[in-house]
Amino acid sequence: MDNTPTDGATYPVTAVEVTRKFGKKVALEKVSLTVPRGCVFGLVGENGAGKTTLIKLALGLLKPTEGSVRVFGFDPVADPPGALSRIGYLSEDHDLPLWMRVDELMNYTQAFYPKWDPAFAEELRETFELDPSAKIKHLSRGQRAQAGLLAAMAHRPELLLLDEPSSGLDPVVRRDILSAIIRTVAEEGRTVLFSSHLLEEVERVADIVAMIHQGRIVLCGSLDDVKSGYHRLTLRFREPQTTRPSMTGALWCEGRGREWTVLCDGRLEELRAAAASLGAEIVEEHAPSLEDIFVARVGKRVLPAGKE
Amino acid sequence: MVLHVSPHDGLPIYLQIMNQIKYLVASGRLSPGDELPPIRVLAHQLLINPNTVARAYRELEAGGLLESRQGSGTRVSERGSPLAKEERARILAERVDALLAEARHLNFGHQEIIDLVQERGRVIQSEKGER
Repeated sequence: MDNTPTDGATYPVTAVEVTRKFGKKVALEKVSLTVPRGCVFGLVGENGAGKTTLIKLALGLLKPTEGSVRVFGFDPVADPPGALSRIGYLSEDHDLPLWMRVDELMNYTQAFYPKWDPAFAEELRETFELDPSAKIKHLSRGQRAQAGLLAAMAHRPELLLLDEPSSGLDPVVRRDILSAIIRTVAEEGRTVLFSSHLLEEVERVADIVAMIHQGRIVLCGSLDDVKSGYHRLTLRFREPQTTRPSMTGALWCEGRGREWTVLCDGRLEELRAAAASLGAEIVEEHAPSLEDIFVARVGKRVLPAGKE
Repeated sequence: MVLHVSPHDGLPIYLQIMNQIKYLVASGRLSPGDELPPIRVLAHQLLINPNTVARAYRELEAGGLLESRQGSGTRVSERGSPLAKEERARILAERVDALLAEARHLNFGHQEIIDLVQERGRVIQSEKGER
């Protein structure tokens, strides 16, 4: 990837060697990434990995302890209007003013954005079947997410930031969220940066993924490159193995006796040779899912929010 | 045109789309000249990134199965049918490969497989005859 990402038009979000500490706790450590224009960028990682911190840094809600964050070339902390007017944001807990009605929320949000599109806002309200006179506090969790999404999208932001948008939502609302992401990128040049526990959703919509673990980026690249760099192989040995076979490039291994499944990085030809040298034959070969790769890299499954 | 994608399949989604479109053309459910849904429409229908649909279309165009003209969308190319024969053979070859791998693990020899294929062929024929 290009390492001179100061160009705010090409890279709506760039982070260079960003460290953020809360007291002694290091939330992010030397994180560098670039989000190219027109792409869907998915951040994956466990709760507490640093995803929300990264999104808040992009919004200018937090200041980096070290390093720099630029949004459209601006420092979002020093110049909030330069960045914020071009961003749509949905927070993880969909925090909205609870005392407002849906129509009041729409009017209120409109006041902040010169580019607010009332017709688009109304179209979204109808799609989501939100009652304009309903009080936000009486909405279900899913309806609040939809109202939050409406408020984040109706000014047609150049950059949509979504923090765990699907967490705790039913499949119907999750569909709305995915659909909103797709709609945003399908319009020329708009960019989405979102974080998620639901790796299946990330696989559906992301062009680029970054895996964050304990404040560091452990993996970042285009989804296709990331996936094609790993192989999930089932090995069959001539003799039962009493210990875990030490296959070259294996990040994860499971099995017993003569059959073991390994997840490896590396080229397939080399892996075939490595298996043969161990006295094993590759009997099955699959492209791993993002979830498989995550488990292999981080050593744990990703749990949905609130289930840890 | 109905396609299904499964992110958990492991196979990249653009390849899943490519394979299914090839299959639809090979099996005659899409004919030369048939129009494919616009990229945005298919992306929305399948809930996937439009860039992924665009990549699948682009690669199928490069392979000659699809063609797109400014303003008239993406269509199955007129040259689609000779490719289809190759594609049909490829689909079957995949199944045969899987059968051979399975047979090897079950300790079946080559001739035994051929005998079994012929026997099953006769059984299926006679069942058809009875119907």
